[in-house]
Amino acid sequence: MASVTLSKVNKIFGRDHIIKDVDLSIGDGEFVVFVGPSGCGKSTLLRLIAGLESITDGDLTIGDMLVNDLPPRERGVGMVFQSYALYPHMTVYENMAFGLKLAKASKETVDERVMSTAKILQLEDLLHRKPKALSGGQRQRVAMGRAMAREPRILLFDEPLSNLDASLRVQMRNEIARLHTRLGSTMIYVTHDQVEAMTLADKIVVLKGGHVEQVGSPYELYQRPATQFVAGFIGSPTMNFMPAELITGSSDGCRISAKGLGEIALPQSADGYNQGSPLTMGIRPEHLRLEAPTGSNCFDIVNVEYLGNEVYVYLEPKEGDTLLIHRSEAPSQWKEGQQVSLVPDIEHVHLFDENGAALLVSPTRSAA
Amino acid sequence: MNQRQLAKIAKRVGFWALVGLIMLYAVFPFYYAVITSIKPSSELFRVELWPSTWNLDNYAQIFSQSSFVRAIFNSIIVAFSVVFIALLLGITASYALGRVRFRGRSTVMLVILGVSMFPQVAVLSGLFEVIRALNLYNNPAGLILSYTIFTLPFTVWVLTTFMKELPMELEEAAIMDGATPWITITKVFLPLMWPAMATTGLLAFIAAWNEFLFALTFTLTDAQRTVPVAIALLSGGSAYELPWGPIMAASVVVTVPLVILVIIFQRRIVSGLTAGAVKG
Repeated sequence: MASVTLSKVNKIFGRDHIIKDVDLSIGDGEFVVFVGPSGCGKSTLLRLIAGLESITDGDLTIGDMLVNDLPPRERGVGMVFQSYALYPHMTVYENMAFGLKLAKASKETVDERVMSTAKILQLEDLLHRKPKALSGGQRQRVAMGRAMAREPRILLFDEPLSNLDASLRVQMRNEIARLHTRLGSTMIYVTHDQVEAMTLADKIVVLKGGHVEQVGSPYELYQRPATQFVAGFIGSPTMNFMPAELITGSSDGCRISAKGLGEIALPQSADGYNQGSPLTMGIRPEHLRLEAPTGSNCFDIVNVEYLGNEVYVYLEPKEGDTLLIHRSEAPSQWKEGQQVSLVPDIEHVHLFDENGAALLVSPTRSAA
Repeated sequence: MNQRQLAKIAKRVGFWALVGLIMLYAVFPFYYAVITSIKPSSELFRVELWPSTWNLDNYAQIFSQSSFVRAIFNSIIVAFSVVFIALLLGITASYALGRVRFRGRSTVMLVILGVSMFPQVAVLSGLFEVIRALNLYNNPAGLILSYTIFTLPFTVWVLTTFMKELPMELEEAAIMDGATPWITITKVFLPLMWPAMATTGLLAFIAAWNEFLFALTFTLTDAQRTVPVAIALLSGGSAYELPWGPIMAASVVVTVPLVILVIIFQRRIVSGLTAGAVKG
């Protein structure tokens, strides 16, 4: 178990700057998830920590040790690969024992470690099988067992569940969460699936284009996204965005005019923004209320999706083509073809400026 | 209905007739060599598909010549050495060429391929000088060297292609487990590359076993010759007589091991040649 610190870490492949000045500190025993769209550099960042790629610039510390130039085996990290990458010609036992044998552990130690790992992962009955005789979930567990057998200080997961079918994925997600509780070791997990990120993480790192967009607990990321990108990335269905304009603003509140919704008073501090600045208003589907249409606040219901426990209502503004989504508990009174007005829950409205940065709720207002 | 059945039967008959024809074309020369080898010399020029009288005199005769037995032994040494060296160099080279990114990799691959484009005769005199300079003339080591030069390009190409197909994550998993490149090659890749190695190894073996021109040029004495040369130099009772019987017997003796090897490795060869064509 160990903490991990990245400071000003950069990775350049030829002309491509993949990782840009990443600063990050991961505490001992934390479960950290790197999440982001494909190509955001999350896997590269994991591979830098693993030692499979070399760091172009910056410092990487594991525990108290600077590990920039250490090979993977000396870093004390174990890794679970997306394709599992089990050695096809070895049995489950041999797969898990391989690293230990290479580390010149005694026969008894190898045996003891493999058996105890197998016990944790419920692989005891499968030890003499070859990978091809295992199901997807079993292979997944063997891959974890192989990474764990050497008792690494940090466990790395590279999209470990993406090859499993949906129900197995939920089950394995659960097992990984329980494993973390049980082992208490530092884990770093890469995924593009925000549900995995939300459910597993103590801390989520959202990456975009090689830099860290926001770091925080799942709750923080959901409630207080720092940028429009994070707001749109976390949460399903995604947050609704509509263009807006600043009317008046001061350090303890502002008034905006949002397209289709008219004037709204919000608790966000608009210090430093000029009157008339273009803004984007964001509101999650569950923080909208539908009412009878009033004046210009009028939207057409174009589709109603019934999901059993909840209902998604898709709304089309009079002008503009971006559909908005409203989510409520089932049953819903709304039908396709009706016209409604939207009432946002002021507490849960997010505002973003032209660069995508969030406007913060003024301290005086949030205290109240 | 009836017509369709007839057409079906006709198709099947046609198919098997074709198969039979191809079989005949491929197998007949070998069959004729076998029956010639067991005929007594008086019967040799009587054309018949099934020998009316037969004995093993020809075999007894060639095995009584110590130079022929010696030649078989030389061939075995040379062929196995070539296979071993070609596979060892091929595997390590294919790891570098298939796994390590470096500048000029494709140039190296093309140069390797280029080596095998020259006909043997073109390089014969140059290679002769090399062999002489290395003091390997009239020495099986000279043959091993020259055969390895000619089998390596193919070996390296096939193994490199195969190596490229092995998933990258497998190697990375080995690295995470603390394996050095040598351990990765021997403990992880080698067991997975058996089909490719059987294929290339067998082809290298056949090439070395059957090679004639270099073997003739680079050896001088009976004690250093390999089997193909020894067969060609078998002499009869007089300068005007070609000893067909013993030649055929010797040919059968050197071909049978190859046939047996091919049959043993047949399935591996097929899977080796088509490996990577479809994702397994």
